[in-house]
Amino acid sequence: MLAAGAKAAVLLFFAVVVQVTIVGTIGVLGGSPDLVLVILVAIALLNGAVFGAVSGFWAGLLFDVSLLGTLGFTSLLLTLAGFWVGRYGETTGRGRAHAPLVSVAVVTVLYALSSLILHFMLGDPVSAKVALVDALPPEVALNLILAFPVFSLCRRLFLPAVPRPEVEFVG
Amino acid sequence: MPRKRSPRVAALGSPTRRTVAPSYSSRQTGPLKRRLIVAVLLLASLAMITVYFRETPSGALHDFQSVAASAMRPFEIGAQRVSRPFRDAYGWAANLVHAKSENERLHQELEDVRSQVIVSADALRENKRLKDLLKYQRGATFPEDFPRNRAVAASVMSNPAGEFEQKIIISAGSSDGVRLYDAVVTGRGLVGHVSKVLRDQSRVTMLTDQESAVTARAVKTGAIGVLRHGEGSALILDRVPKEKSVVQNDIVVTAGRGQGRLGSFFPGNIPVGYVNSVGQTDVDLYQDVQVRPFVDFSDLDSVLVLVPKKR
Repeated sequence: MLAAGAKAAVLLFFAVVVQVTIVGTIGVLGGSPDLVLVILVAIALLNGAVFGAVSGFWAGLLFDVSLLGTLGFTSLLLTLAGFWVGRYGETTGRGRAHAPLVSVAVVTVLYALSSLILHFMLGDPVSAKVALVDALPPEVALNLILAFPVFSLCRRLFLPAVPRPEVEFVG
Repeated sequence: MPRKRSPRVAALGSPTRRTVAPSYSSRQTGPLKRRLIVAVLLLASLAMITVYFRETPSGALHDFQSVAASAMRPFEIGAQRVSRPFRDAYGWAANLVHAKSENERLHQELEDVRSQVIVSADALRENKRLKDLLKYQRGATFPEDFPRNRAVAASVMSNPAGEFEQKIIISAGSSDGVRLYDAVVTGRGLVGHVSKVLRDQSRVTMLTDQESAVTARAVKTGAIGVLRHGEGSALILDRVPKEKSVVQNDIVVTAGRGQGRLGSFFPGNIPVGYVNSVGQTDVDLYQDVQVRPFVDFSDLDSVLVLVPKKR
């Protein structure tokens, strides 16, 4: 548990660094992929609700620190995202091949919506059209492209490999 | 014919590495404990938002953010250095698409500028003489009142986080002489203004952000409007009355003054972009002026924070 926590913390740290310096600049049709969100979804699916929520809180804190944003803003959203995906992974989505895709698509949409609402509540001038019409569809598509490679990477990182059962043919 | 048989080892199942099924730690924790942990995290987030909003920029959370951001800085610099060649290659390939039309436009602009230089040189001399005679006091203007040797050069640490947060982090802060609302430029033109200052870093709100609005004027006709973000990387020169003339390819610079009671953060004459298209409809009160910025906001490496002569 402790080792998984350390792995998740380091992985999310580098994900945030890569997101703010490299991935954030990749603009395709007005949207850009959200690597941190996709990695968080994979971590939460593989490790459960509490682990997902704590990972979300950590990732959000790093994100807000890195972009000098309002501390707690992204933590709040990613904690909820990590918890929800974790619960889905523990219950309905357990062992389903499509679980990463469904989670990434739903969480990307919900994250954009709740981010918009929170911005409105804090009095920031945001355009719903830009956030939901212009940027969201390409962002969902790009996140879905990232979903399977990221999920398989996280699976390798967080789940121990089973030794292959061997049989010996003789005679 | 006797078959040569030797012991062999075979692996069952697929050749890919198999992993065990996930065992969720939170399934072992009771639902009450699980909910308690999440509630604590959510409350902590809400508390941070509240305290961060209420405290002064020298408060504890701001200090923590400053220190933590400084700790992350070397990693961000490293990531940028690694990605730089790839971004350059992408930028080079992407620019090739527009190279021909851009070249034609620049040639046309160069011819116009050459003829204007001669006229401007005479006007400048006359202007200076008349100003001296009248002891005329004007507002801060770029570049006269913002010498290059006083400007603070800074590298861009972080790029915009999303479509509706067009803000970047730069590697200069209050310790370098950067102040809130200072204008930020590149060699090409205006980038935005400083919207948050920490000791070693600052946040710059770019012109493409929805919070940004700059009073700007078209150089040839003098039409003044409010420049704000438009679709994609384009900008809109808003509130230009229909009776004012605006021509295509005219250069747009900051007006150096506000509209109404509000002042402007920006000194006058900072180049912003050129007029891409002008249109108007019968129902609109103002013209629809699209401005293409000189600065490529998606590919910023370094910027200059303008510091006035007198501060």
